[in-house]
Amino acid sequence: MLLTLHQITKSYPGPEGPVPVLQGVDLTLAAGETMALTGESGSGKSTLLHLAAALDRPDSGTITLDGTLVSTLDDRGRAALRRSRVGIVFQQFNLVPSLTVAANIALQARMAGRHDPDRDRALVESLGLTPHLAKYPEQLSGGQQQRTAIARALAARPALILADEPTGNLDEATAEGVLDAMLALVAETGAALLAVTHSARVAARMSRQVHLREGRVA
Amino acid sequence: MTAAALATLLSHWRRNPLQLVTLVAGLALATALWSAVQAINAEARASYDAAAATLGEGQFAQIVATEGGTIPEASFVALRLGGWLVSPVVEGRLNGIRLIGIEPLTAPGGFGPLATVEGAELGDFVTGAAPLFAHPEAAASLALPGVEVIAQADLAPGTAITDIGQAQRLLGLEGQISLMIVAPDQPLQQGALADLAPDLTLRPPVEGADPARLSDSFHLNLTAFGALSFAVGLLIVHSAVGLAFEQRRPTIRTLRALGMPGGRLTVLVAAELALLALAAGAVGLVLGYVIAGALLPDVAATLRGIYGEAVAGSLAFRPAWALSGLAIALVGTALAAAGALWDMARMPLMEVAQSRSVVLAAARSARARAVLGGVLLAMALVVAAFGSGLVAGFALLGGLLVGAALILPLMIDRALAFGQSRATGPLTEWFWADTRAQLPGLSLALAALLLAMAANVGVSTMVSSFRLTFTGFIDQRLASELYVYTDEAGVEPLLVFVGPQVEAVLPLMSVERELAGLPGQIYGARDHATYRDNWTFLDSVPDVWDRLAAGEGVIVNEQLARRAGLSPGDPLTVAPGLALPILGIHGDYGNPIGQAIVTEDLFRSLFPEVAPTRFGLRLPPDQVPALVAALTEDFGLPEVNVVNQSDLKALSLEIFERTFTVTEALNVLTLAVAGLAILMSLLTLAGMRLPQLAPVWALGLTRLRLGQVELLRALLLASLTALCALPLGLVLAWVLLAIVNVEAFGWRLPMFLFPLDYVRLGLLTLIAAGLAALWPALRLARTPPAALLKVFAHER
Repeated sequence: MLLTLHQITKSYPGPEGPVPVLQGVDLTLAAGETMALTGESGSGKSTLLHLAAALDRPDSGTITLDGTLVSTLDDRGRAALRRSRVGIVFQQFNLVPSLTVAANIALQARMAGRHDPDRDRALVESLGLTPHLAKYPEQLSGGQQQRTAIARALAARPALILADEPTGNLDEATAEGVLDAMLALVAETGAALLAVTHSARVAARMSRQVHLREGRVA
Repeated sequence: MTAAALATLLSHWRRNPLQLVTLVAGLALATALWSAVQAINAEARASYDAAAATLGEGQFAQIVATEGGTIPEASFVALRLGGWLVSPVVEGRLNGIRLIGIEPLTAPGGFGPLATVEGAELGDFVTGAAPLFAHPEAAASLALPGVEVIAQADLAPGTAITDIGQAQRLLGLEGQISLMIVAPDQPLQQGALADLAPDLTLRPPVEGADPARLSDSFHLNLTAFGALSFAVGLLIVHSAVGLAFEQRRPTIRTLRALGMPGGRLTVLVAAELALLALAAGAVGLVLGYVIAGALLPDVAATLRGIYGEAVAGSLAFRPAWALSGLAIALVGTALAAAGALWDMARMPLMEVAQSRSVVLAAARSARARAVLGGVLLAMALVVAAFGSGLVAGFALLGGLLVGAALILPLMIDRALAFGQSRATGPLTEWFWADTRAQLPGLSLALAALLLAMAANVGVSTMVSSFRLTFTGFIDQRLASELYVYTDEAGVEPLLVFVGPQVEAVLPLMSVERELAGLPGQIYGARDHATYRDNWTFLDSVPDVWDRLAAGEGVIVNEQLARRAGLSPGDPLTVAPGLALPILGIHGDYGNPIGQAIVTEDLFRSLFPEVAPTRFGLRLPPDQVPALVAALTEDFGLPEVNVVNQSDLKALSLEIFERTFTVTEALNVLTLAVAGLAILMSLLTLAGMRLPQLAPVWALGLTRLRLGQVELLRALLLASLTALCALPLGLVLAWVLLAIVNVEAFGWRLPMFLFPLDYVRLGLLTLIAAGLAALWPALRLARTPPAALLKVFAHER
């Protein structure tokens, strides 16, 4: 199994004590598998995604990614894991404003030491970003920024792709095209995809769907 | 990974070159001001050190002729045979250069060129070659046939040194010496000086007359100004680094999310800042060198004029100075960036939805800073009330300035809140509220402006007070229209010649004597209206002049009164067995050592051996040129022996104008640095401001109006800051005049106020702030509507 989450709990401090967000979540994801994580706002979807990406630590429970027990890693180990095994498409894109589209796409792959210009070119073509390579993020529309973020996550050939509302900024037709491209690229690399989404249409395109309700798998 | 992360970090500067320029410019200007002042101080100090080492000025006791003039070499031989460890020195002027001849075999250690002149071998002095070692400027004017002149930068300016035989030959003083240096350690058994050489007198080492100490106050003030300017620069750097970090926060977060370890990222940012600091420091050093080079001739002339010290008018490059400049740039950046780096190291990887708590934490931190500022101001008050000494003076200065800078945002916020409470229309309400919201982002720049203007008010007030006092003192001291000098033989004929042509002749006579255990001089003054009408006292008993004329007491200068703790009425011993009460204390700003003045009759009876050779002449000013012509042409007095009072006053005033040039230049530079701080903060804030301004624009305010409001806001904040800076600057001036100068000079200067200067300075501050705000305001007025619309397009 590529990703295993076992009995994960997580809470955040609130004005009247800790507010539980995840309450004993179990989840597994195999290589090549695609999963949609759905649920109402505040159900813990994004928190679960961040935990799976080793961006945050659970209060209890264990997370195993590609055979590595994430919860035992220190900051440096978790950074190395993110760099080499995980690709993240953030809800807010998190592109570096001072880098061009081309540099943004290559960034993680370069950091991971796996930069392949040919692959970048293929990604850029399939996501329709070729005319925008020399532009800066502020010069792009929301949809173009989202596609750039997707390209960056895929360029590093990660084992696990985590996407937070990957088509949230796109109109239906564009979203459909981007989703096609993303799924094709995921399939091509054999990576697993865990996507948080509100969209039933996106969720329907995944091989599995998990619904979260009040911090638990429904 | 590191290379990719570094390239990403650096790309921020490529996309925001203005921010890079302001960061580098702020640090460079701060370093430039600091290092310029240090360069000037170092150059002057090096000159004193050289001067002190040249003749051990004040370090060694000397044996001189009691009657003045030269000493026969035979006296030197007699003293050596009598067991005295003395070394002969001959000195005189050659082509306007002070030529000193020494005898290196007998000179005490640490004395003369062997101590200072690199490459000066003993052999060079004792062989027949006997070259002249001279300061480079002096070497240029010493082209002597058959004499090798070696330029040596470490020698005092205007000075040349050589073997005594060579000097005697060049000066035409064969067989004569000027004085003898007495080695500090003497044999237990030696003949009495009075027996061996009855015409000679032992002059003890001069206490308190070390030139470096005399000028410490001037340098202290310069250093204080340099430190303040650097503090202003540091605030800019702090502001620039903080804002650059704030702007790059999302990038840093992204890099960490993509797998860059936080520790390495912090190291990378620190290294990037260190590189920038070194680059900016290097630029600052060059700028500082240029500034110091431009100002040094004025400073040198000022020091020469006030203290009679020779300071080279050109700047030498000193590696230690360059290294210290770079170090201060690095340390400054580290200090300024420490907070931002600490925040970065502790920054959580995930953005937590706690904006309200962040706002509350920021408010708490602002309150804490204000409280700390209040505590520092209170401590400064305590130090002012109970402290004494230079350390207390500087503690007071530090407490005042840092405290005021910390408390400033709170004071401005209160003023803005008051304005907000009085606002009636929606636009004015928004203006006040929005200005308050901008305050945290601008508080550092405003603190820089506060310090810059306070430093300007303080230093200008001090220098102007000094000038006013000094010119008053010059009027008092140089009351005679003409001063003439002659030798003893020429006195009688001179007096006969001038007698019918002048209203009064005032003899100037003095003798060096110990006063209250301190080195000093006793003057004899003729009872004349010149003194009665012109002299003012800091403290006195009634009828000073009548009682002085009756020989019932003495007048002392402030230095002596302060150092010896004397007040009017206290007795002062002026001769063995004769203690006279002090009748008055007068300000004396042209002389470092203690002085006592007795009436002419008493002086002549106490020191009958001293015959006056200098005279002040009173006559109608319009008759001065005719008398000068008569004295030089008919009587044959050399021109250099006749000094016109108006020339002397003009020279004194010129010296102060030069001092002003230096302080004015530093004033303008400091204000420019503060203006730069505002410009940078506004420019950096401008990008972040769009989301706040776009809705106001959408609600019906034109872009031009928005730009005008931004300009008005900057002027309002600068005005409020200037209002706070004025009292702070005046307190700063008071501390400099009443505490720092008293400790360093030995006299306290009265403090004068210069309202017009303050108005001018306030206007300059507003102009600096206005100019700084103009560009961001213009940019805002020209922001394309599409850019403002993007704010709404990005909303989700």
